[in-house]
Amino acid sequence: MTFDLNTIWFILVGVLFTGYAMLDGFDLGIGALHLFTKKDEERRIMLNSIGPVWDGNEVWLVTGGGALFAAFPNVYATVFSGFYLAFYLLLAALIFRAVAIEFRSKQPMKWWRQTWDIGFSVGSILSALLIGVALGNIAWGIPIDVNGEFAGTFLGLLKPYPLLVGVTTVALFMMHGAIYGAMKTEGALHDKLRGWAMNSIIFFVICAATTTMATLLYVPHITSRVHDNPWLFSLVLANMLAIANIPREFHHNRDWLAFLSSCAAMITLMALFALNIFPNLVYSLPNPENSLNIYNAASSHKTLGIMLVIACIGVPIVIAYTICIYWIFRGKVKLDRMSY
Amino acid sequence: MDVLTLSRIQFGATIAFHYIYPPLSIGLGVMLVIMEATWLKTKNPIYHQMARFWTKVFALTFAIGVATGIVMEFEFGTNWATYSKFVGDVFGSALAAEGIFAFFLESGFLAVLLFGWDKVGRKMHFFSTCMVCLGAHFSAVWIVVANSWMQTPAGYHIVGEGMHARAEVTDFWQVVFNPSMVDRLSHTICGAWQAGAFLVVSVSAWYLLKNKFTNFARASLKVGLTVAFIASLLQAVTGHMSAQGVGKNQPAKLAAFEGLYQTTSNAPLTVIGWVDEKNEQTHGLQIPGLLSFLDHNDFHTPVTGLDAFAPGDRPPVTPSFLFFHGMVAIGTALILVSALGFLYFRKGTLHERRWLLWILVFSVLGPQIANQLGWFAAEVGRQPWIVYGIMRTPEGLSKVVQANVVLTSLILFTFLYFLLFAVFIYLLNDKIQHGPHDDDLIPSGKLALPDEFTEHKKP
Ligand code: HDD
Ligand code: HEM
Ligand code: HEM
Repeated sequence: MTFDLNTIWFILVGVLFTGYAMLDGFDLGIGALHLFTKKDEERRIMLNSIGPVWDGNEVWLVTGGGALFAAFPNVYATVFSGFYLAFYLLLAALIFRAVAIEFRSKQPMKWWRQTWDIGFSVGSILSALLIGVALGNIAWGIPIDVNGEFAGTFLGLLKPYPLLVGVTTVALFMMHGAIYGAMKTEGALHDKLRGWAMNSIIFFVICAATTTMATLLYVPHITSRVHDNPWLFSLVLANMLAIANIPREFHHNRDWLAFLSSCAAMITLMALFALNIFPNLVYSLPNPENSLNIYNAASSHKTLGIMLVIACIGVPIVIAYTICIYWIFRGKVKLDRMSY
Repeated sequence: MDVLTLSRIQFGATIAFHYIYPPLSIGLGVMLVIMEATWLKTKNPIYHQMARFWTKVFALTFAIGVATGIVMEFEFGTNWATYSKFVGDVFGSALAAEGIFAFFLESGFLAVLLFGWDKVGRKMHFFSTCMVCLGAHFSAVWIVVANSWMQTPAGYHIVGEGMHARAEVTDFWQVVFNPSMVDRLSHTICGAWQAGAFLVVSVSAWYLLKNKFTNFARASLKVGLTVAFIASLLQAVTGHMSAQGVGKNQPAKLAAFEGLYQTTSNAPLTVIGWVDEKNEQTHGLQIPGLLSFLDHNDFHTPVTGLDAFAPGDRPPVTPSFLFFHGMVAIGTALILVSALGFLYFRKGTLHERRWLLWILVFSVLGPQIANQLGWFAAEVGRQPWIVYGIMRTPEGLSKVVQANVVLTSLILFTFLYFLLFAVFIYLLNDKIQHGPHDDDLIPSGKLALPDEFTEHKKP
């Protein structure tokens, strides 16, 4: 493996999508849990726990998409046109979710709030599911013709394996969201969220175990790298340890460490995924020779170089003020006049 | 209908809907900066109340702007995949830069702007407001860079052939500062300022008419009318520069804007009129020589007509002509209206002129319609090209997407957007009816300064 610009951009796109999963993951998770409580006040607290940050979190997806477009235009074009309907569903779900957050508390009527509550929750779950299904398809491989165009159908994308990955993603985000919620709340709601966190962990572990089995059995090209490089098992181990650590931190009342553990779990998962597909971005099944990889799908060296400069200037600034903003809004949520 | 038509309708409709909101965020962003700056300087709490009221309106438009913007970003890949492969090397960088430099900035500091009133000091809050405003402007910069490159490509070369041909960057700064970028950016941004300023003006004028919140309304009008007037004047200037640029870089487009079929010296400007496409003539009120003058600063220089282009290379004339003339007419009207409003406001007699107040109430539609018409004119006038002179629109389509699939997404999103729009109007109206909050006259938390209430107890 040579460390050239194409590889750097593979990593950077990976970092952007991991950032997305880690950040928007928790607010999609909060959305997925939203309907579990019936109390208006508790729903508001949950909403306001993500209130100041959900929009910034979503920008990771936007920027990841832009980076994919710029660095690997062929992947962007093939995947988005190939997954056409799935993407429009995802967009509709994201829209509903976004505006529901803004609209919900603007009117006191019960039916009004109930409607947007459902929009928020269903939108969140559907988003998580579809993101997972897309990821699952990339792992499984999709049919690509000699011209690099998608050669499958919409229904073909809904195979059991991608659906399983989709459900696993929902579970993962629910777990992540519940832990984040526990960190931001107090009192009865805090205890509820902890309970949901524990249940989601169980749900996630079951899903993850099933997915791992399925991967080992049915997706040989993904696991061949682990076979050849046994040290990769350390990542699997790290992932399991991170998850196991969450109840321990809860036990010691260190909610924020539990949250970091959950982040670590996500990072290791994404790293495993990336290491296993590298250097392909989209694996072509049944004709692996048509796969889109970091060379045949990339932009010119000149553009990758320019983009690297942009990233080197932009990303540190973004990280700096993102941290500032999380710092300003640290601590438990209190409802006030400006809240949702 | 075929995939091409459906994809065009869908792209046009989704971006037109998106473009209702960003101009409001950009324009209101400027208004918020001015209001907060005035508050910091004069310590008059009415400006604090103003900033808080308009922040809520800002939040509403922003949320829908964000939600609909994501659609735009993915639509290039879903519907225009071949185009995306062809231009990704050039176009993608601008979109990625928009994410990194603009959206992060805007959405990050928006948190402080909306929820930070009681959490941070007033300087920090003002700084956040400035950053949100800056971020909104940056998104306009990068998206207009990308779009202007499609209008007047520069700084690239074509690599490969047939299916695998694509444009690659040779000079990044030439891509950014392509020939039409500066003109179009300044014009777009002035249009956004008008959108924000006229919204403030309209709501305030309505309060005056209804005799509600009059102090608040007067103070808002002062800020609103000033910005509206300046931006309207600048809009004519930047529009004129755009037109000269179009004449130079895209002569077929200018000819379509003006309905000019024959290349003529002393070319007339049609102030108001219609195009007879069958006989290739334009009728109406024409001023001889004025088009030559506006285009080349000289009454006699010839202006290229559509006859210089093969029929297959001409844009659709009637829509280009109508969209363009509609925009210019509205632009002229807005200058008049804002000038009158500004004048009488200075004189202190605006509140007596109810007819003018009513016009001001409806003036909010002007910039919105003109913004839409402007983009329609610019984009339709670019046809039949998707990238001017290099790639034709039908060539840019996704190869694997079928008509019925596009129809499905089109129906889904038409429905969704109508719903969104209805709720938006409903909530906006609700906000306006409730008006500013009395509590906002007394800044609280870290924003409060103990001595200032004694000074300004009664604003
Ligand atoms: C960054 C690029 C970009 C931006 C900022 C805009 N457009 Fe655009 N527009 C395109 C990129 C584009 C495009 C992808 O290039 C399309 C699709 C097909 C085509 O020919 O151009 C297009 C087509 C297109 C059409 C269909 C034209 C035709 O098929 O005859 C309309 C009506 C609009 N646009 C309207 C707008 C409006 C109202 C905008 C205001 C925000 C706008 N566009 C901004
Ligand atoms: C095809 C063209 C366009 C694309 C792909 C696009 C993309 C986007 C995206 C993805 C967002 C959401 C960002 C977030 O999550 O925070 C957004 C919002 C925004 N866009 Fe666009 N956009 C387009 C056209 C425009 C135009 C023409 C302008 C202005 C001149 C503009 C200005 C903005 C602004 C200011 C926002 C922030 C949200 C708001 O203020 O409403 N966009 N856009
Ligand atoms: C007052 C006289 C005006 C003139 C002479 C004028 C001129 C122009 C021209 C020539 C273009 C086409 C540029 C191109 O295709 O590259 C354009 C586009 C546009 N106009 Fe105007 N305009 C005027 C008023 C307005 C007003 C009042 C608004 C909105 C408030 C507006 C908003 C726009 C927008 C959004 C575009 C598309 C972006 C662009 O191409 O720059 N214009 N205008």
